[in-house]
Amino acid sequence: MIFSFDLLFEAILFGILLGCFYAAVSIGLSVSFGLLDVPHVAHPAIMVFGSYCTYVVAGWGLDPILAGVVLMPAFFVLGVLIYRFYYETFERRGSEAGVRGLAFFFGLAFIIEVGLILGFGVDQRTVQAPYIGSSLALGEYRIPYRMLVAFGVALVLTAALTVYLSKTFTGRAIKAVAQDEPALRLMGANPVRIKQWAFGIATGVSALAGAMLIIVGPVEPALDRLYIGRTFCVVVLAGLGSMTGTLAAGLILGVAESLVLMFFGASWAPAVAFGLLLVVLGIRPQGLFGR
Amino acid sequence: MGSLLQVNNVSKHFGGFTALAGVSLEITQGERFGLIGPNGSGKTTLINCIAGSLRNDAGSIRFQNAEISRLPAYKRTRLGIARSFQIPRPFHSMSVLENLLVPLQYVAHGKEEEVFAILKKIGLADKADALSSQLSQVELRKLELARAMAARPRLLISDEAMAGLSGAEVDEVLKILFDLNAEGITIIMIEHIMHAVMRFSQRVVCLDAGKIICEGTPASIVQNADVQRAYLGA
Amino acid sequence: MKYWIGAALLFIAALAAALSPVNEYFFYAGYVVLTFVVLSTAWNILGGYAGYVNFGTGAFFGLGSYSAVVLFKALSAPLAVQIVAAAAVGAALGFGVGIMTLRLRGIFFAIATVAILFIMETLMVNWRYVGGATGLQLLRPDVMAPFSSYTRMLFVVMALLAVVAVSVARYVQVSWIGRGLRAIRDSEEAAESSGVPTLRLKVFACTISGALMGAAGAPMPMYLSFIEPASTFSLNWGVSALAMPMIGGTAHWIGPVLGALLLGSIQQIVTVTISNEINVLVVGVLLVLFVVLAPDGIVGLFKKWVRYFR
Repeated sequence: MIFSFDLLFEAILFGILLGCFYAAVSIGLSVSFGLLDVPHVAHPAIMVFGSYCTYVVAGWGLDPILAGVVLMPAFFVLGVLIYRFYYETFERRGSEAGVRGLAFFFGLAFIIEVGLILGFGVDQRTVQAPYIGSSLALGEYRIPYRMLVAFGVALVLTAALTVYLSKTFTGRAIKAVAQDEPALRLMGANPVRIKQWAFGIATGVSALAGAMLIIVGPVEPALDRLYIGRTFCVVVLAGLGSMTGTLAAGLILGVAESLVLMFFGASWAPAVAFGLLLVVLGIRPQGLFGR
Repeated sequence: MGSLLQVNNVSKHFGGFTALAGVSLEITQGERFGLIGPNGSGKTTLINCIAGSLRNDAGSIRFQNAEISRLPAYKRTRLGIARSFQIPRPFHSMSVLENLLVPLQYVAHGKEEEVFAILKKIGLADKADALSSQLSQVELRKLELARAMAARPRLLISDEAMAGLSGAEVDEVLKILFDLNAEGITIIMIEHIMHAVMRFSQRVVCLDAGKIICEGTPASIVQNADVQRAYLGA
Repeated sequence: MKYWIGAALLFIAALAAALSPVNEYFFYAGYVVLTFVVLSTAWNILGGYAGYVNFGTGAFFGLGSYSAVVLFKALSAPLAVQIVAAAAVGAALGFGVGIMTLRLRGIFFAIATVAILFIMETLMVNWRYVGGATGLQLLRPDVMAPFSSYTRMLFVVMALLAVVAVSVARYVQVSWIGRGLRAIRDSEEAAESSGVPTLRLKVFACTISGALMGAAGAPMPMYLSFIEPASTFSLNWGVSALAMPMIGGTAHWIGPVLGALLLGSIQQIVTVTISNEINVLVVGVLLVLFVVLAPDGIVGLFKKWVRYFR
C-alpha cells in the first residue's frame, strides 16, 4: 500500500463524486423502501434494466442522459403497475405478506437479470458520449468528465426529489402516508393511489439512475447483485424516510469505497458497501436521520 | 393489600413527538383500575411501556418491588404481566386451543386441561378447534383475553377489549373481567365505553397528551372539568 | 415411528443404488438434488417456520465448503471431520448473524444475509491459501470400498445428511419450539407478550439452519475436485434454497423435500438440455408463480384437494 497525501486527496475527491452518484441511484429506494416500506430488493435490477434500455435508446443516436430522461415516463408506468400488483397480491392480504413479498421481489430480480442475459448476453455494455473517455485536468489531478456529469445529474435529481417531497401537495401526501396512513385516510385521501404514484416516481427515477450507471462504467446483467449492497447501504445508513440523509450517506459510502479502492485494491472494494451496511445494522439500525 | 405496580415519572418520545411526559401511578394488589383518555393521549403507549412492547425513555417501572423497565416483554409476562391487544392479534395459523397453548407452555408450564377450563369460562369451548379467521369480532376479543388468562397473570391489562361490541357483548366481557378480579387478578382496563369503565373500576386515571390530568373514583372523574374538556374539547 | 421406518428405508435404497450398476450420471445429479434437500430443509427452519427470509444461503454453504478445504489442505482431515467442522462453522455464522440482525425487521435480516454472502466471497477472493479468485484444485483421496467411485460415496453421505436434516426439521416442527416459531411468524408481538423468548428462538433457528447448510457444503469441494469463490458464494444458491420450500410448502417438513426433489430434478434436466441461464429463469418464474398463486405450496394445494373431495 503506497500512501501519499496526493493519493488521499484524489481518492476523497473521486469518492465525493462517486458518493453523489450512489446517492442518486439509491434515492428511488429511499422512496420505495424508506417511505413506502416495500421490500424492494428488485430495485437495483430495475435500475440495471434501465441501463440496458438507455443502451438501446442511446444506440439510436440520443445522448445517454437524454435517453434516461426520455425513458422516465415509461418507467413511471412500470412502477405503478408493479406497485399495484404488489399491493393487490400481498399487502392487502396482510398475513405472511412479509415473506411472500420478499420472495416475490427476489424472484422478480432474478427474472429481470436472466431476461437481460438472454437479450443482451453476459458481456459488458457501454455507451458513447463526448464526456465519456476524457478527463478534466485540475492541477495535478484528473477528474473523469463522466463522473462530473453523473455528479451534476445526481445533485439535480436529489434536490428535485427533496423539493418535490417537501414543497408540493402530492409530495407531502407521500410523506404523510409514510408516517400516518390512517390519518391520511380520514382526511379523504386515498393512500393506495398516493403510494402507487410514489412508487411510480421512484421507478421513473431509476430509469435516469440506470442511465447514469452506464455512463459511469460498463454494465452487465449481474451488476444488480452488487448494487443491492450499495443502495441498501445508503438507504439504511441515511435512515428510512430521510431524503437529505441519502446524500450524506451516499457521500460516506463513496468516500469509504474510494479510499479502500485506492489503498487496498479492487478486490476489496465490493465488500465496503456490504460491510458498512452490517456495521450500521449492528450498532445504529435507525441510521443517521431515521424515524 | 400491597402495591403491585409502581410507574414513576415515565416518559416516551418518538422522534420529536412526546407520547408520555412524566407519568406516575401506583396500582395496588387486587385493584380494578380504569385508564381513560381521548385518542392519542398515550394510553396504549403507557401500557406498551408497562408490558414491555416499548422501552420507556425515562423513569422507572416497578412490578412486585422489582425494576422491570429493562426487561424484554416475554420476561415481564413470565413475571405475571399479561395484556390483550387493542386490535386482536391471534396466531392465525393455529386453532383457538393452540393459541392458548403458547402462553400455557411458555409461561405457565401448565397442562392442556387448564386450557379447556379457560375456554369454558370465557365461552369459547365449542370453538376450540376453529381458526381465528372463523371467529366473530367478540369471539376474537375473547380469544385475546383467554390468551392473556392462559399465562396465569397477576396483572392483566385489557386494552379496549370492548370496542365496537354490542351492549350484551360488553356485559359478557365485563363479567369475565369481574370474575377474574374475584380470583385475585389485578386488572387495568383501558376503555372508551364510559359506563363499562365506571361500573368496573374502583379507581380511574385520565390521560391527555401524555400527562395524567385527573385521578380518583369513577364518580369524581366524570364530574372533573379537565376530563370533560379533554374529551369534548375546550 | 412410521417416519423413522420410512427414513431408514429411503437411506437403504440410496445405499443399494450406490452399490448397484446404475448409470454414474444418476449419482452426479442425485448428489446435487440431495444437497438441495438439505439446503431447502435448513432454510425452512428459519424461513418457513419463523418467517425470516435468508437470501444468503450461499454464505453458510460456501463457508462450509471452504472450512472443509482448509481442514483437508492443512490436516488431511477425513470427510466426516470436515462435515462436523463445517457444521460448527455454519452454526457460528448463523448465531453471529442472528444475534446481530434478528432483533430487527425481517427485511433487514434478509439484506444482512446478502451482505454476509458478498463479504464471505471477498474474504475468500483475497485469501491466497485457498486459492484466491482463481480457486483451488483438489485431489480426491482414494475411494473407500465398497463404493466403485468417489461420487457414489458422496451420494450416500449426502443421503445420510438429508435424513439428518429432515429429522431435525421434523423434531423442531412438532416440538414446543416449533409452536413458538409459528407464533413468531403469525404475530411476533403477540408471541413476545405470550411469553415466547422471540429473539432466542429466532437465533436458535438461525444457528441450526446455518449448521445444516454448512454441513451440506463440506463434501462439495470433493464432489467438484475444485473450489472457487464466485460460484460457491453465488446468490443462485440463495434463490434455489428459497424457491424450493416456497414451492413445496413451508408449513411442513415434507414441503422443502418435495420442492427440492421436484425443482432440483427440473434444474438438472434444464441445465443439461438447455442452458444454465434458462435454469435460473425457470426457478425465478416458478417462485413468483407459486408465491402469487399457491402461497402454501404443493402441500397446501394437496390439502385443499383432500378437503375438496371429502
